[in-house]
Parts: sequence; C-alpha cells; structure tokens
Amino acid sequence: MAELTLKKVETKAPAMNLRRKPRWGEMIIQGLLFFSGFFSILITLGIVYELGKEALLFFQMPGVDLLATVTTTEWKPHVNKFGIWPLLTSTMMTTFIAMLIAIPLGMSVAIYLSEYATPRVRSTLKPILEVLAGIPTIVYGYFALTFMTPILREIFGRDVVQIYNTGSAGLVMGILILPLISSMTEDALSAVPRSLREAAYGVGATKLEVAVQIVVPAALSGIAAAIIVGISRAIGETMIVAVAAGAGPNFTFSPFVGAETITGHIVRISGGDLSYDSIDYNSIFALGLFLFIITLTLNIISQAIVRRFREVYE
Amino acid sequence: MNNNSDHKYVIETHDLDIYYGTFKAVTDVNLQVERNAITAIIGPSGCGKSTLLRAFNRMNELYANSSIRGDVCFNGQDIYAREVDPVEVRYRVGMVFQKPNPFPKSIYENIAWTARIHGYKGKMDEIVESSLHQAALWDEVKDKLHQSGLSLSGGQQQRLCIARAISIQPEVILMDEPASALDPIATLKIEELMQELKKNYTIVIVTHNMQQAARASDYTAMMMLSRDGERSGTVIEFDETTRIFTNPKDKRTEDYVTGRFG
Amino acid sequence: MKEQAVVQGFANDLEGRKRKGVIWHVFFQISTVVGIIALIALLLNVIDGAFGYVAYEARVDPDTLAVNGTPIEDQSKEQLVALLQSSLSSGAYNKLDKEKPFADRSREEVYQLVVERIIRPKVVQVWKLWPSLTQADQIRATVEQDHPGAELDFVSWLTTDFVTRPQSSEPLTAGVRTAILGSLWTILFTILLAFPIGVGAAIYLEEYAAENWFNRIIQTNINNLAGVPSIVYGILGLAIFVRALEAFTSGKMFGIVNLTSANGRTVLSAGFTLGLLVLPIVIINAQEAIRAVPRSLRNASFGVGATKWQTVWSHVLPNAMPGILTGTILAISRAIGETAPLVVVGASTAISFDPSSPFSKFTTLPIQIYQWTSRPQDEFRSLAAASILVLLVLLLSLNASAVLLRNRFSRRF
Repeated sequence: MAELTLKKVETKAPAMNLRRKPRWGEMIIQGLLFFSGFFSILITLGIVYELGKEALLFFQMPGVDLLATVTTTEWKPHVNKFGIWPLLTSTMMTTFIAMLIAIPLGMSVAIYLSEYATPRVRSTLKPILEVLAGIPTIVYGYFALTFMTPILREIFGRDVVQIYNTGSAGLVMGILILPLISSMTEDALSAVPRSLREAAYGVGATKLEVAVQIVVPAALSGIAAAIIVGISRAIGETMIVAVAAGAGPNFTFSPFVGAETITGHIVRISGGDLSYDSIDYNSIFALGLFLFIITLTLNIISQAIVRRFREVYE
Repeated sequence: MNNNSDHKYVIETHDLDIYYGTFKAVTDVNLQVERNAITAIIGPSGCGKSTLLRAFNRMNELYANSSIRGDVCFNGQDIYAREVDPVEVRYRVGMVFQKPNPFPKSIYENIAWTARIHGYKGKMDEIVESSLHQAALWDEVKDKLHQSGLSLSGGQQQRLCIARAISIQPEVILMDEPASALDPIATLKIEELMQELKKNYTIVIVTHNMQQAARASDYTAMMMLSRDGERSGTVIEFDETTRIFTNPKDKRTEDYVTGRFG
Repeated sequence: MKEQAVVQGFANDLEGRKRKGVIWHVFFQISTVVGIIALIALLLNVIDGAFGYVAYEARVDPDTLAVNGTPIEDQSKEQLVALLQSSLSSGAYNKLDKEKPFADRSREEVYQLVVERIIRPKVVQVWKLWPSLTQADQIRATVEQDHPGAELDFVSWLTTDFVTRPQSSEPLTAGVRTAILGSLWTILFTILLAFPIGVGAAIYLEEYAAENWFNRIIQTNINNLAGVPSIVYGILGLAIFVRALEAFTSGKMFGIVNLTSANGRTVLSAGFTLGLLVLPIVIINAQEAIRAVPRSLRNASFGVGATKWQTVWSHVLPNAMPGILTGTILAISRAIGETAPLVVVGASTAISFDPSSPFSKFTTLPIQIYQWTSRPQDEFRSLAAASILVLLVLLLSLNASAVLLRNRFSRRF
C-alpha cells in the first residue's frame, strides 16, 4: 500500500508505455497509399504485357515474319505485306521536318528568354508559349490542313504539293514542339551558374559571346536532353499526322506527297470497327509496342543526360 | 520498466553517437538531464547542439538517413529500442523549434488539434484556456482565439508553440534556440516563462546565447567540435551552470564563456 | 619585349563584335516572335473558318410554307406539327412520334424537324470569314450565276444553338451537345481514377517512401510514363478496358443491357483510359505541391506527437491542396483535348443519343473535331472550326480557374 501511494505522488504522467500499439487505421491507409504508388508500375507492366502478347500473336500469323517486316518496303495488310519501312520513313520525315523548325527556333527562344529578355518581357512571353503548348493537337491538325497546306500549295504549286502531305504536318508539329524544347532548354541555361557568366563578362566578352560561347556549351547536355525529348514527342505525335499527312502507307522521301506514319496508321486502322484477333487488330499492338520502345529509350537517354548534367553543377 | 520514479534522471544518454549517413555529427555523449530543472546546451554553431537535442525525442529520424549508436533513455527506458513507437516518445517529450511554427490554423485549433489527436475527450475550451494561461499568452489572445496563429507577433507565436507543446502535458520540453528569432523583450518573456514552467516540466534548451544560458538554466552542457580536426561535436563539459560560468574545468569552456573563443 | 609583341597581336574589332551581337539579338527576338505569330495565325485561322457566307438550296422553299401570311419562323408548335403530319408519310410521322411524342417536344425541336425533314436545306458552297468580308459582291455574283435558286446567308457557325443541338449529319443543323456531354462524362471517370490514385501516389512518394531502389524505380517509372505517346495508352485501354474488362465496362456485370453500349467501347472505358494517361502528370504535379509545404510545419506536428497520417491529413494536404488542384486541372485540360487514344478505344462515329450512363457509347469534342476535319466538304471544316472554338473556350476557362486558384491561395508561409 505504501509503495502505491509513493508512486502516485511521484508519477506525474500516467503510467508510461512507449511500446508500439498497432494503429490499424494508419496501416490500412499506408497500404492504400503504397498501392497508389505501385499502380504506375502496373500500368507499365500492363503496357509491356498486353502489347507484347498481341505483337507476338501478330508475328505468329500466317504470312507475317519479322525479317520481312524490317526489310521490305510495302505495308499492305489486305495482301499480307507488312514491311514497316513506308510507315517508318514517313514518321522519320515528319519528325525531321518538325525538328528542323523546333530546334533552331526553340533554342533561339530559350536563349532570348534566358539571356536577353527583361523579367517583365519574360513574364509576358512565357505564358504565351505555354498557351501554345496547351492547345490540343487536333487543333494543330486542323491548322496544318486548312492553313499550312494551302500555303505550301500556293508556294510550290498545286500539282507539286498534294492536299495531304508530310511537309505540312511536320512544319506544324515543329510549332507544337517548339515550346517544349524552348522551356527545357531555358531550364538548362538558367542552371548555368552566374559566376561563369560573370567570369566571361569580366574579361570583356559581349553578351552574344557569353550566351553562345559560354552559357550554351555549359548547358549542352541539358539542351541535348531537350532535343531528345522533342524527338520522342514528335515520333509519338498522332493527330496532326492523322489529319494532315495523308492516309495510306507510302514509301517516299518527298515532303509534298501524302504518307502515313506509324501513329497515323494506328488511328486510321482503329477508326473503323476493329474485330479482335484480326491481323489489323494485332498489327496495331505490334506498332504500338515499337513506338513504346523507341520513345521509352529516348526518354531514358534524355533523363540520364539530365542527371549527369545536374551532378556537374549542384 | 514503466516505473519512472526509480530514475533520478529523466533523460540519460550513454555513449551516444549520431550520424547523418556516414557522417558522424555527434560523438560519444554521456549526459544526464535532471528532473524539473532547466538544462542548457551551449557551444559554437555547427557543433551538433540541435542534432543532439533532436535525438532526445527521435525527431532526428525525420531527416534523411540519420541514425544513432549508443542509447538514449527516457525514465530508464531506451527510446530507440525496437518496440518503442516514436510517436509515443514525442507525446511525452515535446519540442519547441527555433523558428516559431504555429499551424496555419486558428489559435484555438492549434491547441485543440494537438489535444484531439491524443484522444482528449474533456472540455476543449478549458484545455485551450489553461494551456494559454500556462504559456502566459491568454490575456493577449483571449479575444481573438479564432484568428490565425500566424497573425500573432513572433514572440506570441513562439509562446503559442509552447502552449501547444504543454497542452498535452509532456514530461520534457525540448527547446531548440526558442528565442533566437525574437527581439530582446520577447526573449525575456520566454525566459520568464521557462522559470515558471520548470515547476511542472523538465526543460532542455539549446542556445548559442551564453547570457541566456547563464541567466536561465540550472545545468549547462558545453559542446564543441572534437579537437583533432574532426567535424564531429561532443560534450566537453557538463555541470551546474554556476560552475560552468565561474569555475570551468576545461580550458576550451573557459575560453568560450569568457568570449575568447575564435 | 615579348609581352609587348603579344599585346600588339590583338586586333580587337569591337565594332564588329557588337554588330554581330545586334544581328543575333534580332534573330533571337524574331524566333520568339515567330512563336507568337504562329499562335495568332492558328487562332485567326480557326475564327476565319467559323464564320462566313453560306449558299444553300432548299428542297422546299420556306416561303411556300407560310400560312395566312405567317412565315414559317413565326408559326406555333401546333401549326408546325400539323405541317409535318401533312407533309410526311404517315409511317415516317408515326416513327417520329414513337421516338418522342410530339406533345413532349418543344417548339424548337419541332421547328428543327421541319427544317430537316421538309425544307431540307443543302449547302452548296461556304466561304470563310476573310473572303466573306472582302469579296462579298463577288460571292453574291458567283452564287447568282452558279446556283440561281440558292439562298446566300452570312452565318456564324458558332451559335448557342450549335452548342445545344445534338449531333447530326446535316451541317446546317448539326451541333455539339452530344460531344460536350460525352467529354464531360468521360472526364468524370478520368478524375475518379486519376485524382485519388495520383494524390495517393504523390503522398506515398513524398511522405512515406524510404530512400531505396524500389521507390526509386516507382519514381523513374512515373517520369517515363509521362513521356509515353498518348496513342499507346489508347492501345492499352483497348486491350484492358474494352476487351479484358468488357463485362465491367459495358455494364453487363451489373445486369445492364444497354442498347447504346457497344461492347465495352463506352464512356467508362474512355474515361479510365484518359485516367491512366494523365495519372503521371497528376502525380508529378501533386508531388511538387506537397514538396512545397515547409518542413517546419511537419516538424511542428511530429513535435507534438502526431502520427504520420495525422500530420499528412491535417497539415500537409490542406496546405498542398491548392497546388494539387491546380496541377490536376492542368492534367484534366490535357485529357479534354486528347483525341488519339479515344479513337483507338473506339469512339463512335455517329450517335444520335446523348450519353446517359457510364455504359453509353461516346463521342467527345476533339473526336467530333477530328471527324468533321476529316470530311472533305468545306461546310464540315466550318463545323470543325466552330467546335474548336468551343473546345478552346472550355480549356481557357479551365486554365483560368487554375490560375485563379493558384493566385488566391498562393503561399501563406
């Protein structure tokens, strides 16, 4: 009894137990949160599994073989010809033309915004470029078909330029990708430490010399990453080419004639009523897998470059 | 184990090392914190005072890959033992931070929320009022309890944080340079408050202000980077405050408290 | 001596360097202007297509339908119904009545039927806004010469009627109500999937995930998913939602046999597909918002002995919410503009019914634009232009609300 009383006097807080109590609510919530995080892995697995499975079925179909696919230049599903080159060349054409526009313009815009523009000018111009990046691609498709194509036909002649052509699609795609490249490049430029610029100004360099000979080389890897992401985006871009580049695979290197890209082909094929396990159905999975692998590789390369770049300056 | 009356010291550390990753920030600390007293930890900046303080209620675990070796006992119980819940530790060992950090909620909610999460079922108004009274803030805020805690002045915010900490009646309150962001008058108020609080609570305070340690504390631990060029801090002397300031044993302590330290 | 020689070796053409600087400065500026010009050209081009002269021929001249001098536009609903009854075959009339009794139809609807079934205007030619403004006389002359019986009207393709009318194959009476409702239904399911999972994943990665290889993989994976072309998500949606989960997405599982649902090519499948597409964006934006909540706030909460979830729920989330919502709205506006994945999932080319359940067939605004743009006739291009304006206004208001949200709740710390 005496001991009990003593305890009561001296103990201020209730009897202490620091032991872990099971907190069921917390555990359930933590489980749900973990599942949410894990869900993204499921998406990737789903893409790899579903696309891989159907692509495999595609290559097992009679008349389809991998070697012919990568070596022949005719894609005609109805006569069992699946040479990927016509789709590939037009994808490369549109991407190339797009980058021809987007790289020089995007870099110029980035240099201007990062090195020349006053904060006020920058704060007005950046939102405008963001608007450009936020416009749905189908609107760009409309723009290519009803604006760019007539202009091209006006310039090069109506008999030279077809109504559907890869040139118009590529040019407009370049405008679409411009803001992407410029904003990533600008990030890379502004990560270059101020001290480097000051060092160059300190020995009497002009603004142009500092920008082009000091800052741009220092940010080169970031710029490279931006360009790679731009290419990846161009390869996967769909609606502009679906609307403006033309229907039907066409093995050509002319920017003035219609040719279907990989993405454009997938959209056209799936536009009708696609029946399961038909060769068309399986072919879009094979093409999708191809797209997925290419763009994923490009993105991983770009991220690796960015990571290395960070290590240098931080 | 649960019988805290057996223990003279509220907090004891034994050969405590604290790491951030592989970097050893604090080395070999043996310290005993006396009940219902104010223990100050002083020393030059960067010697690991705050790191040591945070180890007393496992706040250090919230910083990336921090770990300890040795042990920290709270009423004789190793708080880093596997079965111990850090949430329970922080319930008993509260903390007040360098920069006042009231929740961006009303003054009332700052305290009510804290009480509520610990299952307080009594009259909320009462606990709010008594906590604010104890923190000597009641008279200043009683008419604006439902305004945001962030609308108060810096000194008031810090006292609100103290009120919040004591609302759940911890045994120990850790204070990490609680007055360093405040003006002298607000600082004085905090110091007076500490004297009042030590009747009911044990206080450990980190400060870089020697006058504050001399004025306000009962015991003082002197920390310093260990001699041989290492960047790891340790307690070089620990004694009653009066002896630290009048008759230090260690030459480095003497240099520091007399202002001769670089 | 030696140094002197080196100094003499300089031929500093400062003037030349400055000139070069100015030239490039102008070049950089022009590049920026090109971007802005492109944006303006794009908008003007859309506006150009959405207004202008239309020449059309009516099968039945509306003037002949006037009763006692009351032109057809001013006749009452009863008069119009009587007109339908007398002009259409009884079979056709009864069929219309069966679809929706005339008693239930509004005057506007009946009037539209009269236009569609009796007057039956047929567009012979359309002009864009610019020629309509600058060459009006010439256009009038052309019409008189080539289509003597045709009416020439200056129309705005974008009208309130256009927004509220259902889909139709007749350009003059077509509208985008079906498509707008389809977009809204689709987005509802996109949000239902992407918001909870996205915010949950962001909380997990920012507040719970330990620094280890597994969580690094999750993070890298999310960054990579954000760069996967949208059409790949469409193919995934086709395989998973339309095919594998058909019983669920077509509503069969719930005993719903909906005549308008098409084997899992439903609003639900479309919404979920877009949900997967924007999920990485939602996660990345939410992570940023959560990271912006100051550490001191978490310390305060942990310091009074709160658990992790108490801290997250009471302090981190409320303070990150404006940022999370802003990011989600931006992700949603991306979803609203998406076309390609929905084509692959199987948007319907023509539906006459508004979507009314998760298991309805769907079309959306961008799909509608795509279909109209793909038609070679100019009048459909005009419809596409008008629907682009509707889409842009929708996106603009969404973005404006995101900006407002951001400004309204901008940092309180």
